[in-house]
Amino acid sequence: MENIFEMFCDVAIVGGGPAGLSAAVAAKEEGSQKVLIIERDNALGGILQQCIHPGFGLKLFNEELTGPEYYGRFIKKAKELGVEYLLSTMVLEVNAENKIITCVNSQTGLTLIKAGSIVLAMGCRERTRANIMVPGTRPAGLYTAGSAQRLLNRQNIMVGKKIVILGSGDIGMIMARRMTLEGARVVMVVELMDYLAGLTRNKVQCLDDFGIPLRLSHTITKIVGNKRVEGVYVAPVGPDRKPVVEKEEFVECDTVLFSVGLIPENELTKKAGIKIDPVTSGPAVDQYMQTSAEGIFACGNVVHVNDLVDNVSSESAIAGKYAAKYAAGNLNAHTRLVRCVPGVNIRYICPQFIKVGGDEEKARLYFRVQKPMKQVTLVAKSGSEIILKQKEIRVNPGEMNSMEIETSKLASDDLILEVDSDSQA
Amino acid sequence: MIKTDVVIIGAGAVGCAIARELSKYEIDVIVVDKNEDIGGDASKSNSAIIHTGYDAAPGTLESQLVVAANPMYDRLAKELDVPFRRIGAILPAITLEQFEQLPAIMEKAFKNHVYDVEYKSAAELLEMEPNLNPEVKGGLFIPRESIIDPFILCQALAENACENGVHFLPGAKVTGINVENGRIKSVLTAKGEISTTYVINSAGLYCDEIAAMVGKADYKVVPRKGQFFILDKNTSCKVNHIVLPIPTKVTKGKLMCPTIHGNMLIGPTAEDIPDKEDKSVTYEGLASIEQDVRKLVPNVCIRDTITQYCGLRPNRNPEGLHFDMYDDLYGYINLSGVRSTGLTLSVAMAKYVVRQMLWSGAKLNLKENFIPRRKGIVVFHELPINEQAALVKKNPLYGNIICRCETITEAEILDAIHRPLGAKSIDAVKRRVRAGMGRCQGGFCGPKVIEILSRELNIPVESVNKNNPGSYMVSGTNK
Ligand SMILES: Cc1cc2nc3c(=O)[nH]c(=O)nc-3n(C[C@H](O)[C@H](O)[C@H](O)COP(=O)(O)OP(=O)(O)OC[C@H]3O[C@@H](n4cnc5c(N)ncnc54)[C@H](O)[C@@H]3O)c2cc1C
Ligand SMILES: Cc1cc2nc3c(=O)[nH]c(=O)nc-3n(C[C@H](O)[C@H](O)[C@H](O)COP(=O)(O)OP(=O)(O)OC[C@H]3O[C@@H](n4cnc5c(N)ncnc54)[C@H](O)[C@@H]3O)c2cc1C
Repeated sequence: MENIFEMFCDVAIVGGGPAGLSAAVAAKEEGSQKVLIIERDNALGGILQQCIHPGFGLKLFNEELTGPEYYGRFIKKAKELGVEYLLSTMVLEVNAENKIITCVNSQTGLTLIKAGSIVLAMGCRERTRANIMVPGTRPAGLYTAGSAQRLLNRQNIMVGKKIVILGSGDIGMIMARRMTLEGARVVMVVELMDYLAGLTRNKVQCLDDFGIPLRLSHTITKIVGNKRVEGVYVAPVGPDRKPVVEKEEFVECDTVLFSVGLIPENELTKKAGIKIDPVTSGPAVDQYMQTSAEGIFACGNVVHVNDLVDNVSSESAIAGKYAAKYAAGNLNAHTRLVRCVPGVNIRYICPQFIKVGGDEEKARLYFRVQKPMKQVTLVAKSGSEIILKQKEIRVNPGEMNSMEIETSKLASDDLILEVDSDSQA
Repeated sequence: MIKTDVVIIGAGAVGCAIARELSKYEIDVIVVDKNEDIGGDASKSNSAIIHTGYDAAPGTLESQLVVAANPMYDRLAKELDVPFRRIGAILPAITLEQFEQLPAIMEKAFKNHVYDVEYKSAAELLEMEPNLNPEVKGGLFIPRESIIDPFILCQALAENACENGVHFLPGAKVTGINVENGRIKSVLTAKGEISTTYVINSAGLYCDEIAAMVGKADYKVVPRKGQFFILDKNTSCKVNHIVLPIPTKVTKGKLMCPTIHGNMLIGPTAEDIPDKEDKSVTYEGLASIEQDVRKLVPNVCIRDTITQYCGLRPNRNPEGLHFDMYDDLYGYINLSGVRSTGLTLSVAMAKYVVRQMLWSGAKLNLKENFIPRRKGIVVFHELPINEQAALVKKNPLYGNIICRCETITEAEILDAIHRPLGAKSIDAVKRRVRAGMGRCQGGFCGPKVIEILSRELNIPVESVNKNNPGSYMVSGTNK
């Protein structure tokens, strides 16, 4: 077609964040000829470009790296292996059946890419004030924590001077420290639940060390100001999580940051007709990270929201490897499908399915618990038969757990995972 | 001092429509508004429905104008490139008691000269609207109830008026009006004094304060708040029509309908409030919307909300839409009570105002070179792929997507900024091209739009406002 640019590749990867980079490297290592990353930003690295704080890579490299140092290692490797990439290029559509990607940029214009297999690695977006329906007006000065982080760390712009943060997610806590270091006053961090949403280490390093108060079991009941934010009303919540309005107090501020969770960014996935797990809001995948559409793989925060990028990299390497195998026609067919079923105090398990009788004899399960517990045993059962037990000192919804399963042990079609309290046992 | 023939106070739907109508004539017009952007207050926070007038109070000016306005939109939307769709409304009776009210509603429609309202059986309604409450007993279909983009309606009217010679003065709050010998002499604004023969008061919520400036305050504006939810385009439970509740004695009730861009709109509440600047949404208001709309569409998924907002209807006490000219005050035209159908009737009101001016002896000669058409901003994502490709070839900035949720390109944003009466703030960009109106509410594009505005308007980032002065987006740069 006139004016439309066409390209071909073995493995096409949508998104050049840590997930896409790791998948690209793995696909190359598996022997794929042409691996192409399509990234809408003007640089590779994804959300980590704005994460200039240390804390990455402890698991994978045994070192504490900053975001850019962390993905820098993957970019170096990707370049050495000859991974190709298009920057400033937005993917508009993924056709799962024909494996054709429609994208657009200012250089090649409207572009169609025909691929042997596709890896979805679009990451996630932040939940907003509107998603959680905070009452009040709509002045300037309301930001998601990640947007404020982008403005500060990539554009050198401070959003405000006197800040209240709603939500104790990691980005919010990291921004509390960052804004304080840049001269802003963070008045408080307000959290609806009676436990922390993010990692404990971030509370210690980002709030406690700077004397920033954390108000658990509190929420913002009203935003005030018609032009710029003038303040918020903060109230404690009862056991039903409803605010106790009589105890409301006014807190003056010019900015509210929302760190109230991330949502996998699956508009392309949904448009492609790929099945979404309602709990993770990401595509349901098997242990090869293959989605419900054959030859379409997914990894990283687009599948489920990760708190550690190290896990993203490991999981994405699997996606890259098997996407390469698929493109080369080497992905062995399976004989049986096992469902991963969340049991007592398990919110979700990823992968949602395990294919037995195919390529891999071990499968790593990532999962989150529903509520915090101490001294527990994680129990995996195939039907009613226990196949693995793993002790943990504590489990926390904010911190992902994982476990490796031998697929040969999966006699039943259901793999059930549950958290047992040791004190009862 | 600036000199003109007509000063229109308020660049809402009504002021913009009158400006465009007057721009057909050889007469100098200035539109002043206290806001920095055109588009009004109520005119940017409403249900965005072009009504038929089937349920107006028969015989009133409001009935007359709404009924006259509705058929005007087909041509207007084409001429001015305004997104507009005749999707029709249904009025389902869920209870037997409601069912018994249908004949009276039908009769009222007749009295308003809206003859095309039809009865539909429960089965027919459920086929038209599968997500409707299955307990529906039957209802009415009002085929010409329609949806529009209210922001673009105002912009289109204003841009076209501007192209035909009307001046717009933003940030010019009216603080006084000078009267001499029973005639209007001049209007005092934050941007100076304007000498004029006519003043048209279309100041919405503040029309009573303007009226007081000329001693004609025989009424008070009583703001009536309306809160809304907007749901994600991807929400699972949608409707295809405007789904209206059967009104009660107290209220017209809360509706659910698609917006012209495919989101779901739910609301509004109707709460009389004392404060004209109270634009806050409340727990109670939002909860009442959910509760009421569930009766019509039980599976509506409020969780999919991407934003909530509220608007204030410039309701009036004593009630009703009023048009007033005064024998003892030549040149003053007062519009008040433009409450819940003002978006619709704006274009008919404009015709009405011009006719009344003619009757009162105004010299209005038609221009020979009036330009009736206005071309809107090209919407990249709505084009077929080959046209998209051609567009990017011609202007590579169409290849740079700035808003990921609504797929808005840099070229569209630049058009919004640089066209007549162009965007100077984040909200102004948003209302012209929808950047930031999607599910992430500007989380992704906000930082980029701040930089684009700063670059294009050649102002520091801390001078980029959300809308009016004082609504600065960021506090500054880091050295
Ligand atoms: C603010 C923040 C702080 C964090 N802090 C830590 C920490 O301290 N330690 C730690 O270990 N982990 C941390 N994490 C987690 C870790 O950074 C993420 O898990 C990881 O970045 C996820 O990688 P990803 O590639 O899946 O997503 P992303 O990094 O979001 O990358 C997705 C990429 O896809 C691109 N993309 C999306 N849609 C399209 C499209 N349609 N077309 C083209 N390209 C597209 C995006 O531009 C982006 O570059 C943090 C995360 C965040 C958000
Ligand atoms: C909740 C709700 C739902 C509605 N739904 C619909 C609907 O579905 N269909 C429909 O047809 N109508 C609807 N309406 C009604 C419609 O929105 C209004 O009637 C219409 O927008 C009024 O237009 P306006 O131009 O008179 O007022 P506005 O849009 O309020 O404009 C008035 C302008 O005057 C300016 N102004 C005020 N004081 C001064 C001053 N001193 N100096 C300078 N400028 C001044 C203001 O800044 C403002 O820009 C709804 C209204 C609400 C609130």
